Amino acid sequence: MRKIIDSAIETIIFICGMLSIVFVVLIFGFLFKEGFSFFRNFGILKFVTGHFWYAASDPASFGILPLILGSTLVTIGACTIAVPIGVMSALFISEIAPKGIRDVLKSLIELMAAIPSVVIGLIGVITLVPFVKNIFNLPTGLTAFSGSIMLAFMAIPTIITISEDAIRSVPWKYREGALALGATKWQTVRRVVLKAAMPGIIAATMLGIGRVIGETMAVMMITGNAAHIPHSIFDPVRTMTATIAAEMGEAVRGGMHYRSLFAIAFVLFAITFIVNFMADLFLGKNKNI
Amino acid sequence: MMKKIVSLLTLLLMFLGLTFVFLRSCTKFQKSNRHGESIQIKGSDTIVNLVQVWAENFVKQYSTYSVGVTGGGSGTGLAALINKTCDMAMSSREIDEKEEILAKKNNVVPVRFKVGMDGLAVLVNKNNPINKLTLEQLRDIFMAKITNWKEVGGEDKKIVILSRESNSGTHMFFKERVLRNNDKNSKDEFSVHSLIMSSSQAIYDEVCQNSNSLGYVGMGFINDGVKAISIAVNKTSEHVYPTVKNVTNNTYTISRPLYLYTNNEPCGIVKMFIEYVLSDTGQKVVSETDFVPIN
Repeated sequence: MRKIIDSAIETIIFICGMLSIVFVVLIFGFLFKEGFSFFRNFGILKFVTGHFWYAASDPASFGILPLILGSTLVTIGACTIAVPIGVMSALFISEIAPKGIRDVLKSLIELMAAIPSVVIGLIGVITLVPFVKNIFNLPTGLTAFSGSIMLAFMAIPTIITISEDAIRSVPWKYREGALALGATKWQTVRRVVLKAAMPGIIAATMLGIGRVIGETMAVMMITGNAAHIPHSIFDPVRTMTATIAAEMGEAVRGGMHYRSLFAIAFVLFAITFIVNFMADLFLGKNKNI
Repeated sequence: MMKKIVSLLTLLLMFLGLTFVFLRSCTKFQKSNRHGESIQIKGSDTIVNLVQVWAENFVKQYSTYSVGVTGGGSGTGLAALINKTCDMAMSSREIDEKEEILAKKNNVVPVRFKVGMDGLAVLVNKNNPINKLTLEQLRDIFMAKITNWKEVGGEDKKIVILSRESNSGTHMFFKERVLRNNDKNSKDEFSVHSLIMSSSQAIYDEVCQNSNSLGYVGMGFINDGVKAISIAVNKTSEHVYPTVKNVTNNTYTISRPLYLYTNNEPCGIVKMFIEYVLSDTGQKVVSETDFVPIN
């Protein structure tokens, strides 16, 4: 009897472990199937380089260049804000802060990670959007810049937590060695600790990018969703995720519009895959040094 | 050996469990439809509040039934009707040819009921000096041929266009009536620079706080926080303010009928609901929620 229970539980755990692999493969297969039939009809080059997105019109025009640029702009903006703040907070928490402050900071940051994105979006619409409009004297505050700030908020906790782990796992003897050679604290941190923790920090950044590029609700509420090619970070933009979320409900199953949304999802999947892949390459390279 | 049998058995059990759950949920859905114990209504965000009130009153009257109402846009509702995931679609536009073809493919026969009228108001910020525009000017603004308020007699400020997503019936109607001037062959579109807002409420909120913006919403949204624009069909005609009276007597030009679509001629609970909606008490709700009753 005990053996039966044992092996039954083992099987259940095995199935649970396998499920994630099955899901990823199924999702990829599904996206590929729906996206591919669209690419065959419409042409992948025309899709990725087209300037106009009028998917529900007749005749429809499916050009996602503005959406790709929108996603890219918001992501770059958010990373420019989130990475320095995140890494520096991680340094402060692990190297400088006394224990009391460190504990408070850590639990607050965990709390920050738990804020749902729709709440962040709501707060952004009410407070940040009018503020950005007034301070930069723009026609509207619903811009890529506002979106970047709000998304940076969401990426910062991820970046801090993982970078902090990486920095902390740098062996103490590295620091002791550097200090013994007469390096100041800043020199130790910059030349030894940061360098040794770099693979972890890059992984943290990549996870942050992953969170930002896949975020939907907050960007849909804040970035204005104008599907044009943005000329500056103070233009409204429309991201790929927001387009899928906003239009999935209307698209009749199996129609061109429906499949075009899957094609966007496929492009998004490909982009995140490339980002992760590059991160892996970089991490592997760093480890060999 | 024992181990293998056990794991196979567990797998089989799990599979059976899943199938059971799945089958149960299927039959439950069909049953509720066949016996008409509950109805699902889906579609236009414009009238979702109105239909919600209808549903509440209807359930009060016939307490054994339940009515579920969800928004999402006219396109969403009609797509759900075609995919047979709802019993009734609310729509602020007529079903189009493509949808009719898909309906035929899925053996769905959409039947239309006109349940009220709606006027679209063009809103601007209270601090905007503009009070009236012609259809022609509106068209040029929404297509970004006019990009500064001073070109229509306002301040020297850039115009921020607010629009709805393409699944919104409001978007479609405004495009057909204002941008394309009811010309079926016209291919005119909203400017790519227009900001796409996710709901009429979002447009209202942005107009409230941004003095450069203008957007279109259902007449129910007109209140003291914003300003509605009077509209003239052409340069020579009079500018008309969006009021219930002006929609009923057809002088306000951006107005449209509102529909409920059913699959086949309605029967059972769906028929009872439609009858209630078209009754005097049902139509009273229409005027109470700032729409225009049909008679």
